[in-house]
Amino acid sequence: MDPLSLSRWQFGLTTIYHFLFVPLTLGLGWFVAYMQTLYYQTKDEDYRKMAKFWGNLFLINFAIGVVTGIVQEFQFGMNWSEYSRYVGDIFGAPLAIEALLAFFLESTFLGIWVFGEGRVPEKVHLASIWLVAIASNFSALWILLANGWMQHPVGYVINEVNGRAELVDFFALITNPKGWLFFWHTIAAGFVTASFLILGVSAYHIYRQQNLKIFKTSFQMAALVGLIASVLVFLGGHTNGQYMYETQPMKFAAIEAHWETSQPASFSILTIGDLSGKREVWSIRVPRVLSFLACNNLNCEVRGVNDIQKEYETLYGPRDYIPLIVFTYWSFRSMMTVGFIMIALSAFFLFITRRPYENARWMKWVPWVIALPYIANTSGWILTEMGRQPWIVQGLLTVDKGVSPNLTTVDLLISLIGYAVVYGSLGVAMFYLMKKFAIAGPDAALHESIDGESEENGDMSEALPVGR
Amino acid sequence: MSYEFLQALWFILIAVLWIGFFFLEGFDFGVGMLLPFLGKKDTERRAIINTIGPVWDGNEVWLITAGGATFAAFPHWYATMFSGFYLALFLLVIGLILRGISFEYRSKDSNPAWRRRFDWMIAIGSFLSPFLLGTAFSNLASGVPINENMMYTGNFFTLLNPYGLIGGITMVSVFLLHGANFLTLKLDGELRDRARELSKKLYIVAALAVIVLAATTYIFTDIVTKIGINPGIMPIASVVVMLVTIIFIDRRMEGWAFISTGVHIILTQIAFFTLMFPRVMISSTNPAYSLTIYNASSSQYTLTVMSIIALIFVPIVLAYQGWTYYMFRKRISADKKSLVY
Repeated sequence: MDPLSLSRWQFGLTTIYHFLFVPLTLGLGWFVAYMQTLYYQTKDEDYRKMAKFWGNLFLINFAIGVVTGIVQEFQFGMNWSEYSRYVGDIFGAPLAIEALLAFFLESTFLGIWVFGEGRVPEKVHLASIWLVAIASNFSALWILLANGWMQHPVGYVINEVNGRAELVDFFALITNPKGWLFFWHTIAAGFVTASFLILGVSAYHIYRQQNLKIFKTSFQMAALVGLIASVLVFLGGHTNGQYMYETQPMKFAAIEAHWETSQPASFSILTIGDLSGKREVWSIRVPRVLSFLACNNLNCEVRGVNDIQKEYETLYGPRDYIPLIVFTYWSFRSMMTVGFIMIALSAFFLFITRRPYENARWMKWVPWVIALPYIANTSGWILTEMGRQPWIVQGLLTVDKGVSPNLTTVDLLISLIGYAVVYGSLGVAMFYLMKKFAIAGPDAALHESIDGESEENGDMSEALPVGR
Repeated sequence: MSYEFLQALWFILIAVLWIGFFFLEGFDFGVGMLLPFLGKKDTERRAIINTIGPVWDGNEVWLITAGGATFAAFPHWYATMFSGFYLALFLLVIGLILRGISFEYRSKDSNPAWRRRFDWMIAIGSFLSPFLLGTAFSNLASGVPINENMMYTGNFFTLLNPYGLIGGITMVSVFLLHGANFLTLKLDGELRDRARELSKKLYIVAALAVIVLAATTYIFTDIVTKIGINPGIMPIASVVVMLVTIIFIDRRMEGWAFISTGVHIILTQIAFFTLMFPRVMISSTNPAYSLTIYNASSSQYTLTVMSIIALIFVPIVLAYQGWTYYMFRKRISADKKSLVY
């Protein structure tokens, strides 16, 4: 394996892993903040327990997202030094701003939230969880603006002397529609991820008739938010698709395995390619739907992969500009299918909560829905990042030109295996804790000392504080 | 604002971020390394962790921000250093991951083996990170092989030279002392006395290491012959501050002992950055290949935009972080009833 392929694998795998945890952080923070606000207003002890219970799951998940995020920030320089030189003038800014404006806020106020109960005024304690939720979502905005720039570069000029892209319009960078569409899509996906976790875990307890009030309230809340958010994910994705058709036509065509330009264009339900993954052998199609997806019009022309390849060759010189279509095509279908299932499921859950549902036998199976958003989130990122290939910055720099030239295969094997081992163990520990606390429910004494002295079973509030 | 002024400003700003990081995370690392040795019982270990519990994550963001600011202001510095020190940074990241996750997870299960494992991961991670950073900083000061294309041409073992290792060992021993002084200041009861006793022993190691590092700096770097800003008496001042720390430890002036190791760390870093200025990576291959704030920086436009943002938000961050320390200023005892788990 050459260093370039290994660097790509490493970036892909660490990024996918990091993003397993991020969406839940983005969404669940708002739920916990809202629940704690309900407690603050009503002083109903159940809301307090709710906020604590979901807050504890939030923390277990948050920790792993934070530590894997360090890798993300460092590996641009470590593995993609030539990319960093080429775009640092632009791309570095949102990253630095993310750290300065969001990470400080998030980490400082999370510390206050965890350790501050009873030590800081109640209002400050409540404000701190809101600030954590705001800050984590704000950090998503900056990193998505950075990513949006890679997909659709704006506000720059190429400095021929320095041989790099330079920022000339900061306002264009922070108003890049691509970044904001990603933000819309991702934040909504965060709400969906949190909603489905809450639905699944609540169903587990409802089925067992434990803490019914807490979990039925949570279930209803999550069904409503889940429905709204999953529809928003769909709308955001659809808008994003149309913008993609304008700005990254090759990615759009590759997602659909749309080889030849056609008007009107049909949507492929199932396409089988040949072994090279570059030619269609057989397909089932729905007429005109692809035209609608591209431009909200049943009749417009949609350009195909082959035409765009020819155009890019004249624009950028001869080479293969076609992404791996088998990945773009199937990741899109998996994302979309799961997305529609989630819209249907959350609508169904919301509908059944109008009548008694706690004795329904199918509730037994509801915990499995927790997996759905993870499939969709991961597919979505595989789609958007693999669809950008071979570009690292669309139209400006290809991935192979961005890699660090000094790295050897041995360097990369050490780091790749090292990350795999550490990330693997972290994942096991995290999954174990999530499951344990999700099943234990809100009344479990979450932490205690293990010094073996006689346990004082005093006031419950003594045992409850969530620790780090 | 002129381009040269902005480049110097960003050099100073990044220096400030590193200084802040070493001052703050310095005691976090020290506390982490001391954890399995100072805390015998579980409540004691929890008390030790709780001295930094609410703040360690915020302290670590100083490093993340230093990384981000380097990327934004000096892309070539970021690119050359991060790709050049690849395996060292990989190990640093692993150290930070192990310790970060362990702070969060160690108390979430009551199995003693589970807690012991995470406590040791905290200690190992807290050792690895300053050791690697100390080694890397020494190498920055003495110069590393860099070719005319700003590319690092050494490997991981190039960094493990005598002066590099002295830097690593010194940073570890100074942070151990800084951590022990912090614990003496923040803990209560028997633990506080134990931390003080430990601090006396650690002082000897740290003082020796600091003297060796200062002396070898005159051999391995161009501190004597350097043209431009002279670090002046900074290195000597930092040694002196380290040496007088023992007076405060002996007289139980706990606040002053902590401030004194803190000032030592700050002075050492000021000496380092003035020694470097205006260079950011010194080439041992050919001085002409060195990266400076002039050939490694972003455009004037980017530096201007980033300056405005930094000037608005850095004071805000400082204010609320400082306020957190004020909020959690109370001493922590290993008393089970008052301990947040």
